[in-house]
Formats: sequence, C-alpha cells, structure tokens
Amino acid sequence: MAFVTANWNPLGDAFYRKVELYEMGWSLKDGLRDCHVAAAPYGGPIAVLKESQRCSPSVRPQLDIYTASGMPVAAFPWKSGVVKQLGWTVGDDLLCVQEDGTVLVYDLFGSFKRHFSMGNELVQSHVLEAKVFHSPYGTGIALLSGTFRFILATNIEDLKLRRLPEVPGLQGAPSCWAVLSQDRQSKVLLAAGPDLYMLDTTACTPVIPPGLTPQASSIVHMAVSFSYKYLAFFTDSGHVWMGSANLKDKLGEVETKMKTPPKQMAWCRRPKGQQPSVVVMWEKNLLVAGQCQETIQYHLDEDSVLVPEMDGVRIISGSHHELLQEVPAACEEIFKIASMAPGALLLEANREYEKESQKADEYLREIKEQDLLGEAVKQCVEAAGYEHEPETQKMLLRAASFGKCFLSNFRPELFVHMCRDLRVLNAVRDYTVGIPLTLPQYKQMTVQVLIDRLVHRKLYPLAFEICRYLKTPEYQGVSRVLKHWACCKVQQKEEADEVIARAISVKLGETAGISYSDIAAKAYECGRTELAIKLLEFEPRSGEQVPLLLKMKRSQLALSKAIESGDTDLVYTVVTYLKNEMNRGDFFMTLRNQPVALSLYRQFCKHQEPETLKDLFNQDDDHQELGNFYVRASYQEGKLETRVSLLQSAVDEYNKAKNEFAAKATEEEIRLLRFQRRVEEEKGERVLGCSLHDTLHCLLTLGLHKQAEQLYKDFRVPDKRYWWLKLTALAEKEDWEELEKFAKSKKSPIGYLPFVEVCVKHLNKYEAKKYVSKVTPEQKVKAHLAVGDLEGAAEAAIERRSEGEVSLVLSRCSATTDRTIVDRLNRARAAAAKK
Amino acid sequence: MAHSARRDAPELPDFSLLKRLARDQLIYLLEQLPGKKDLFIEADLMSPLDRIANVTMLKQHDVDKLYKVENTPIFSTCDQICFLIRPRIQTVKWIADTVNADKAAGKFRKYKIIFTPQKFYACETVLEEQGIYGDVSTDEWAFYLLPLDDDIISLELPEFFRDNFLEGDQRWVTTGGSALHLLHSLFGPFSKVYGIGRCAKMVYESWREQVEESEQKAQKSEIGNVFLIDRDVDFVTPLCSQVVYEGLVDDIFRIKCGCVEFGPDVTTADKSMKVMLNSQDKVFSEIRNEHFSNVFGFLSQKARNLQTAYDKRRGMDIKQMRTFVSEELKGLKQEHRLLSLHIGASESMMKKKTKQDFQELLKTEHSLLEGFDIRECITYIEEHINRQVSMIDSLRLLCLLSLTENGLLPKDYRSLKTQYLQSYGIEHLLTFANLRQLGLLVEQQPGDALTAMESKVGKLVNDKTAEKLTGAFSSLAKKSNFRALSKKLALVPKTGEEYDLRVPRDMAYVFSGAYIPLSCKLIEQVLERDGWTGLEEVTRMLNGNEFVVTASHSGADARFKTDSQRIILVMFLGGCSYSEISALRFLGREKGYKFIVLTTAIINSARLMEAMLDNHV
Repeated sequence: MAFVTANWNPLGDAFYRKVELYEMGWSLKDGLRDCHVAAAPYGGPIAVLKESQRCSPSVRPQLDIYTASGMPVAAFPWKSGVVKQLGWTVGDDLLCVQEDGTVLVYDLFGSFKRHFSMGNELVQSHVLEAKVFHSPYGTGIALLSGTFRFILATNIEDLKLRRLPEVPGLQGAPSCWAVLSQDRQSKVLLAAGPDLYMLDTTACTPVIPPGLTPQASSIVHMAVSFSYKYLAFFTDSGHVWMGSANLKDKLGEVETKMKTPPKQMAWCRRPKGQQPSVVVMWEKNLLVAGQCQETIQYHLDEDSVLVPEMDGVRIISGSHHELLQEVPAACEEIFKIASMAPGALLLEANREYEKESQKADEYLREIKEQDLLGEAVKQCVEAAGYEHEPETQKMLLRAASFGKCFLSNFRPELFVHMCRDLRVLNAVRDYTVGIPLTLPQYKQMTVQVLIDRLVHRKLYPLAFEICRYLKTPEYQGVSRVLKHWACCKVQQKEEADEVIARAISVKLGETAGISYSDIAAKAYECGRTELAIKLLEFEPRSGEQVPLLLKMKRSQLALSKAIESGDTDLVYTVVTYLKNEMNRGDFFMTLRNQPVALSLYRQFCKHQEPETLKDLFNQDDDHQELGNFYVRASYQEGKLETRVSLLQSAVDEYNKAKNEFAAKATEEEIRLLRFQRRVEEEKGERVLGCSLHDTLHCLLTLGLHKQAEQLYKDFRVPDKRYWWLKLTALAEKEDWEELEKFAKSKKSPIGYLPFVEVCVKHLNKYEAKKYVSKVTPEQKVKAHLAVGDLEGAAEAAIERRSEGEVSLVLSRCSATTDRTIVDRLNRARAAAAKK
Repeated sequence: MAHSARRDAPELPDFSLLKRLARDQLIYLLEQLPGKKDLFIEADLMSPLDRIANVTMLKQHDVDKLYKVENTPIFSTCDQICFLIRPRIQTVKWIADTVNADKAAGKFRKYKIIFTPQKFYACETVLEEQGIYGDVSTDEWAFYLLPLDDDIISLELPEFFRDNFLEGDQRWVTTGGSALHLLHSLFGPFSKVYGIGRCAKMVYESWREQVEESEQKAQKSEIGNVFLIDRDVDFVTPLCSQVVYEGLVDDIFRIKCGCVEFGPDVTTADKSMKVMLNSQDKVFSEIRNEHFSNVFGFLSQKARNLQTAYDKRRGMDIKQMRTFVSEELKGLKQEHRLLSLHIGASESMMKKKTKQDFQELLKTEHSLLEGFDIRECITYIEEHINRQVSMIDSLRLLCLLSLTENGLLPKDYRSLKTQYLQSYGIEHLLTFANLRQLGLLVEQQPGDALTAMESKVGKLVNDKTAEKLTGAFSSLAKKSNFRALSKKLALVPKTGEEYDLRVPRDMAYVFSGAYIPLSCKLIEQVLERDGWTGLEEVTRMLNGNEFVVTASHSGADARFKTDSQRIILVMFLGGCSYSEISALRFLGREKGYKFIVLTTAIINSARLMEAMLDNHV
C-alpha cells in the first residue's frame, strides 16, 4: 500500500498529492524559459510561443500547439505583431492578444479563423497587460492599456467592449490585478500600492480586505479561484491572504517568509474539499499554503506553469505534467496508513482473497459486523474514480466487486457507471489523445462537450466509439460525429469527388439525423460544387436540397426538387429566384415544364401582374386561356370601345383555340353590346352590359316591342323564352290588353297555363280566367285550381278520369263549404274503381 | 324520435382544447405588440374568431378598436396597427397600400401582420415588392382547427376547394397536413389511415413528414382511424338539394361557422337574431338529422310536452313551486325559446319548399340520379334557365345532369350553354371554362378520344414526379362514371318500394330515400372491408389514388378493438355538406362507430357553384 501514499503530503487535516500525468512528449530546447505559455483548463491544449521576438525582430518566433501530453498538433511561424498574451476559448480556439489591441483567433490546428480589435485607442497606447478569462457567459478578455485604463469584453463571440472607469490617482501600472465574475458581470480588482480598487462598468470602489496583516504595505500578486468564489493576495511582506471574493470574509493568512513576488499563484481546492490552499510558484520552488497556516514546499527543477482546474492545479514543466490536488476523502480513507475505514478493510479482504488466504473472511466479517459493507463498496467505487493509474482503479473496482457479492440488494448502477466512465476517461487520458480529465471535471464538462472536443481534434474514431459505448442517442452522438467527419472529409482536396461521395455514403448510410445537405453545403463552401451535388443526391428530404442547389445556381434541379418536396413556399422561393435570374423567355419555358410551379405563379400574377399572365399564355400558345383572359378583362372595363376591342381579341383567340362555341358567343356579345348602345342612344335607357335576357325584359317592360322583336329575331332567341319574357313583362306592367293580344297572336309555345299562373300571381283572377279555356286538357285541372275554381277543376278531373287529379282537387276542398263537390268527386272515384 | 344509439358507442374526445390552444396563442401574439393597438380582421375570419375569443378578451390585451378589412383606406388614430388575415395576396397588397399611404402622409406607426393559419412566401414577396418588408413585422397564428360542434371540426378555408381543385395550387396541402398533425399529436396516435384522391394522398404525405420530424410521445389514443377523401371523388352529393333539417337550414339561411341568422320572418319579432346551431341546443340536436317531413310533427310533439311540463305547476305547493322555479323553469324557458325559433324556421322553410317548384325540382334531381326521363329533365332545366329562376340553381342542375350522364351530348351541351349565356351574360363563358376544367360540366366524348387521353395520363403517372405534375390537371380527363358507380355500390335504392322517412333504413334517407351519398357509401364500404380490397373496380372508376396505411407501432394494440378504434376521423378535402355529416351520424349509430368530421369548410350546392364563378376572385 505504501506506493499509493508515496506522493502524499499532509496539510492540516488533509493530504495533498502530486500525481504525474504525463512525461511530456515535446522537445523544447530550453524548457519553458522565456515562453508565452497558455494551457486550456479541463486538460485542454497547450500553446507555446518563444518570447525572443523583442531581441531581434528579424527572427520569427515559432508558435507551437501541443496536446496536454506534449504531442505536437500544429506549429507555424508567428508573422504578426508583438503578442502580449495567449489564451484559449471555451471552444478550444487560440486567442493571441497583440500589443496593438488586435486579437487573432486560430483554431486548434493553427489555421487562422478571424481577428477583432479591442479598441482603436490601443494602437496608440498599446496593451500593457491582458488576461483571458472564462465565465458562464463565454470567454472574455480584459486589457490594461498604456494609459492605465481597463478595457473588458465578457464574451468574444458577442463582442461588446466596455471601457471601465478611471481609477483616481493611478499614475503607474497597478502592481497586480484580476478579473472577477460577480453579480452577473465581470469586474476588475486591482492593487495600486497599498490600495485596492474594485472596478465595474459604472464605478470604481476602493475596497479593504478584512484582516490583512498590518505588516503588508502593498499587494504584489493576486489569484482568483476557478469558481470566482475565493481570492488570494500575496503581500510584499510575504504573507498569503485568503478570503472570499466579495472581500467580506477572511479564510486565513500564511506567512511564507519569501519576499520576492511570486511568478504565479493559483487556488487549489476541490469541491467538498477540507483544506483549500493556494499554490504559489517562484523561480525554483513551489509552496502550497493551506488555510490551516501550514505549508508544503516543493522544489522545482525547471520553469513551470500553473494551470488551475476546478479540483486542483496542473503543473506543466519542460519535461513533466503533474496534477497537484487535495487527496479526495474516499482515497484518504482507504489508503491512509493503518486506516480501519470499511473501504480499506474491503480492499484488504479482497487482497487476501486473491492470495487465497482465509484472512479474507476475517476482514469481511469485521466489516459485516459493523454493517458497513455497502459503505465499503461505495468507498472503493468512489476512490477508483479519483485514481489515475488504471492498475489502482482495477484494484479498487475488484475489491468493490468482491464486496458486492456479499450484498443482496446493492444497486449495480454505481459500479457500472463508474466502470463505464473510467473506461472513457482512461481512453482520453491516453498519451496519444492527451486529455487528462479527472472524474469531477468530466462530470462537470458532460459527455456532449467531451465528444465535441474529440471531434474538434478530429479524433473521429474515438468519439464514435465513445458514443457507441455510452449508447448516446444517435442524434446527439453518432450522427453528430459522422457529420463532422464527413464535413472534414469533403475538405480533403487530394481525393476525387467520386471516392469521397462513396466513402461518405457508405459510412453514413441511413443514420438518423444526418443532414446530407449540411455536408454538401460544406463541400460547396470548399469550392467542390460537383461533390456537393453528388452528396445532395443522398439527402432524403428534397426540401433540404433546394437552398443549396439555388446557391450553386442549379436552379432547374432546385425547382424539381422543390416540387418534389410538396412545399409550395419552397417552390415559390425558387420561382421568384428564377424570375430574377433568367430572361423572361427561358423563365416561361422552365415554368411550362413544371405545372405546379406554373399554377402558383399564375395565382400570383392574377393579383400582382395581370400583363405577365397574358405573356405567359402567349408563350404557351394557350389560346383558350388567352380568350378567357380577354373576356375577363372586358367586363372589368367600363368604356364600350375598349370592351368591344377586348372581346374582339377574345374572338380571335377562341378561333385559334378552335373553340367555335366560345367564339360565336363572344361575337354575339359584341353585337349585343352594339345593339344596347343604340338603344341607349335612341331611347336613353341604361341597358349596357345586361344579358340578352335582361335586355329583352327591359325592352318589353318599357314597351319597346319593336326593338324587342328585332332582338328576338337577330339573336334567334328560342320562342319559349321569348314568350315567357313577354308574358311576365306584360303582366308586371299589368298591360292586360296587350297580353290578350299577345296570347292570340300565335299558338303559344309554352301553352296557356303560364298565362293563367302569371295573372294569378299578379292577383288578377279575372284575366286569368280568360286563359283557362285555352289550356290543354292535361293541365286543365291545375289551371282551374290556380284561379280557385274548384268546380271547374272537379269537372275537368272527372272528365279526365284521372285518379291523381281527383285526389289533388279533393285535397284542396274543405269538407264543410265544398260539400257538393266532394261528394261528386267521391262518387266519380267510386265509379272509376268499379270499372 | 331520437334514434336509439348503440349502447357501446364510444365517447368523443373533447375538442374544446383546440379552442383554448388557439386562444392562448392569439393572446401571446397580441402581447408581442405591447401597448394600445387597433386590430383589423379579415372579414371571413370574424366568425371563426368569435368562436375563439370575445371582444372583452381582446380589449384586455390592449386592443383598442376592431375593424373589418374592407380594402378601403383606413381611418385609425392609433399608432399601432395589427392585421389579422388569411395569407391572401390581395389582402397583403391592401396592407402594403395602407402602409405606403401612411408613409406618404408622414405618419409613423407600428404594423404587425398576423397570418393565420400560416404565412406564405408569396405574401412576403408582395411585402418586399411593395417596399414595406422592413416596416411590418409578421407572425403566424397556427389556428388550424375550429371545432364547430362535438363532432365537426372545420379548417374554415373555403378557398381550399377552388385553389386546390381548379387552380392546381397546392399551397393548402401542407395546411391540411399540419391540421392533421395537430389532431394527431393531441388525440392520436392514429393506427390506420385510409384515403382516396390525389390531394388526400399529398395531405397524408405532408402529415407523415411532419410526424417524422417531430418528437413522438406515447399517449392513449383517442382517435383510432382516419379517412381522407377528396371532394372531387364525389361531386354529385353536394350538388343535390338538401332535405335534412340542418342541411336545409344551411341551404336556405346559410349557416356560418355553426351560427345562423334568422330573419324577422322566422323570429316573428322585428329584428333578426343570431342563433348557434349545435348539440348544446337540445331542440336542434334532436331534429338536425331528421328528414324535413318529420320535423314539423316532432316539433309539435315537443311543444305539447313542453306545455305538459309547464302545466305541472298547477296543483303545486309552495315548496314544489320553488324547486320548479329554481331547477326546471329556466331550462323550460330556454327550450321554449328555441322551440319557437325552430318552429318559425320550419314554417318559413315550409313556405318555400312545399311549393310546386321545389317539388318539381326534387323530382328532376331524383330522375337524374336514377337516370330516368332524361329528356324531360333537360326540358325542365331549359325552362329553369329560360325563366331565370335562379342563376345558381340552373348551374347546379346543369352540373348534376353532366355528372350523372357522363357529360352532355354535344348538341345539348351547346344549346344549354347558349341559353344560359343569354340569361345570365357572357361572363359565364369563364364559369363554363372552370366547370369543364373540373369535369363538372363537360361534353360527352366519343369513346376513343377519352381512352387515348387516359392512357397518356396513365403513362405519366408511373413516374413519381409526373404524378404530382399531372395531379391538378387530371380532372380534364376525368369521367364521372356515376351511373356505373351507382350500380356497383347500389347508391340508388330500387324504385317502387315505399321509403318510410320516419324510420330510415339506410343513408339514403338524407335524400328522401332516393340516393345514398357516394362519399359516405365509400367510407362505409372501406370500413367494412378494412381496406380497398374488393373495391378495385370502384376505385378505378374514381381515378384510383386510394391508399390504406397501418401504423407500424400498433401491432400490440390492434389485438383488442379499443374504443378509439371505433372513433373515425373523416377528413373532407374541399369541404362537405351537412347532409353528408347527417348520413355519417346515421352510419355511426347503425354500426357503433363515432365519426368526427374534419372538413376544409362546410359547403352546399350554392357555395360550390359560387366558387366556380369567375368574378368570385
């Protein structure tokens, strides 16, 4: 057991340990001396820039990017201006803050992404110092300008520059400063000699740390904890003051007996830790100062850099990469020398069991007697999570598994999840991958982000395997990885379109949630139009293909795809696009082959551009529709001449369409219109635009029988209609004399019943009766009934021996008043029945 | 007189949820434009909106004044204006004109357009072309479904019919899909979908796509089966005169959004009155599905019952009287009021419908359906036209003649059209062009020409894309085949048998026993056979496009016939008539189903014909 605690050091009640993560794979000539070094938290990449640039401007320094294990990722000569600060964003992009306030953004592989400026004034005043910080709002940058003003941007993705208020009486650069994230805003805390100021966007407030030793005359270094909750100062008197970031509470103060300002200082605390501490680094040594006033001293052989993490501090030097952290409680319980904790006993029991010794039983019994076996298993599982060496992890898990056998209702999830997590962690901690995540970091970061980071590093197979292993839902897992892979694949210029398209389709297949159009868009972005089209073929949702096809100017294809999708809005988008892109003739030709698009466009034209509609029909030689178009136009037109000429065009079109009927009807309409105008001119009656029927009616009611007669002849109005018309018109006018004359003029083609009925309708029974006699025998009954002559009706009915008619008359009779008629009818009926 | 329903008929889902959803969304949208605002509402959205939200509610959300969109310049003093409109180009254009007029006058206001149920790209293009894209904000009010009654849901999109079937504009297909999707997500999952018609197929596909894109949550299904049917599968039914009470009220008084306005002749008061017609109205709910000839008898019986209930008062002691007043009287009064209204309505209808003319009209319709005395029918129609009896009715008879006879003889076709034009003017040349395009009024083709056309279309149909292309225009080649269909499906009961309308024996009662609605008969047959097998000949005559899809996940559920399996959602694409709804209710009672009718709009013969007129747009 001794080997596990070998690197442990006591600090107060707790232990601290320094674990070696990697032996660095890089080959740096002078280690990290005179280098700008930036290492991203959560085991992120490391950027190294030699600082020799100032000595000889002609020599271009090299900017190197490594993984946390020192494997080179990218390297390129630095050609831009003087770099003041390097930093990493939360999305693994490298930020290079230059002296002139320009910030250059590179991706993990050293390709330039973009740049932005932190303010024009910096070109003049220059950047004195810069800090890159992370907050819940993203990655931010804070700068101190040559005029001793602070400029701050909380999130570089959504750049809003804030110039913080001036610090009164600040003559030189502050001795030290830090960025705090409090109350949902970023603030700067700065020390100028003995004074301490808090700067936020609106004000500059002097602050005093509670209980700072009176021996201190100025603060020379400060450090904010990873969570922004704690603050530490290093004073010129060599004291380390620790307190809360709001400067209300003091946690402790340690005297280091070192007067030189430290090179770097960082908080080292873990969630639920017992003994928070501050790690202070000088040129040659490292000091861990705990709240308990105790310290641990380490000697440093090389120049090193501290990287604060949420549960410890990583120390990177030219040759090694170590993690310094408080030993987690579970590990301490188990591995502390002479520990009698249940976990320690279980581990021992398992060890004896593996040796096939009966002592195993004794240990086990001891735990079980205290009823702590469950606790013991949990401890072992938990401790395994905190160990870096797979051997130790295995040992602990084996013990846990052994203990589990003696428990009946122990929930397996804890054990299973831990095994699974450790498997993932060990995989990414591997030298070749180089992401030294601890379990709490991994939990904090989530699998999603880890997958993102792996994808970002183009470690597709690993990301893919992890997704499969953890059974991440396809949409968030496998599909996402494959999509990124495919997007990366299309950028490989050396491979042929065919090969890439096939490779992608083979690998992606029908995986759910894959958008081929996104990949195609990427291909197009890289200038590979042919490849993009090939990829689009795989996209099952045709609607998705359209926007890109348009962008690539494959408008015909886009149109058919849009129609295939059944989304009319999409079709319309393409149509509008085509309309603007093509010349009119081609545009119409295209539409002609796509009826769906054509009808959509027609609908639009009907309201917006009626003239275009006409052109459209013209193009198609659709004479029928053209004819209709002119007819429609004609009745929206007020002036007679235009109307006639429009109708004339309609006639021509109808003739071309071989629609004789419509042509003839239209010709007649023209004649009618002319006739109506004549009537209007001669008689001053408004009949223009009426139908033939209405015109006739109008003429007849006005007594213009001659004109009516002429119309009747000219337009070959059927006799029936004419008689009906004349009949009703005369009745309306109550011109009974004329009506009688008319009735006698010829044999009526509609019979005489209508005469009876019309007269009755106009409440003239007297006139009506005149026509009853003329009515054909079949209609006699009806006629008699219409004028209310029951007797006549009865007679006619009996005469005709019609059963139905007899009943009809009977139904009209009332039993009391029409006694005699009823009797007669009944008699007749009986007689008929007898026969 | 209410029919004894089968005891095990399942309960209908509660659709008031749809109203609440729509209301909440509207409030949310109104709140997006904080502060006082004037609201301009598209005329035909007024009634649907009434069903969703009242004026008080609108006022609560800072609506100052309400206006109807009337395509005239606006006079509003408010500096915020909100338009609630259908996505129609001409309305958007009017808004653009309004905004531009304000700009010219130097007025600065905030404008917001809320499109319902969705916005179309074409509308946005108009905004862009008129140069006001940046001046207005747009939103969508996903108000797809308006429950008109317990078993009727309407999309309230009358233009669906014309746009889709006549203009070949498929923009509403997605709307139909979304509507179905909404019902599916609230009351689904559906286990089986049947359908017939090209549009039905497209709506189904659109819905399917939306289901695939959205997340599915497991829930208890309340609607098991869905039947999608295109209006152009059956044009005959909506063209017949309606004789069931509800249909007749619609034909004569025009029901708007489940609400009818009775004129003074009905109310016997001096002003007209708006009445909601739905199952809440106890009197109406009992007579709505009755053949008109029974209604009067029923109403008088009801009146007598009511009197008896009133008469109970006599001989009551004080205590009894108190309970009577507090518990029964209000209900009785209410019933009394409704009863007198419906009696008034029946009387007014009676006056119109028992006249000789109407009887003759019905006789002609029945002859056409049966295929008897066609010559006589033509003479009747001629007279109808010549006497200018009714522009719409004449047109309807012409269509009915053409549909039942598979087109008119060339001679008749010409002469009837000429006479119609003489009566009503040349502009109906366009109406006839529309009717021809839809296959409603066509010339009989010599046999060869048609088959050639058919095979040409058939060839195209093989290709998936081509299928969609020809979709809208296939009606050109469409034969109605009514006679053959009628024989095959026994739509016209044998004549000679007496049909007792008081005890209906089949769905034909909705047309006085003369004809079983084709649409409803198809539904009955398909449900009975659980698919289209055995109906091959029928579907061929209906131009195919039938489908049936069983949801893959329903394997386990299908074993037991749950209640939801007997709730069937019938979606009419292009509208349905009240007679069809009555027929389906009858079918449901007979077979123990519950039908829910989802329609793009409620139509009747007049609405159908009016949609064909060209001055319509």
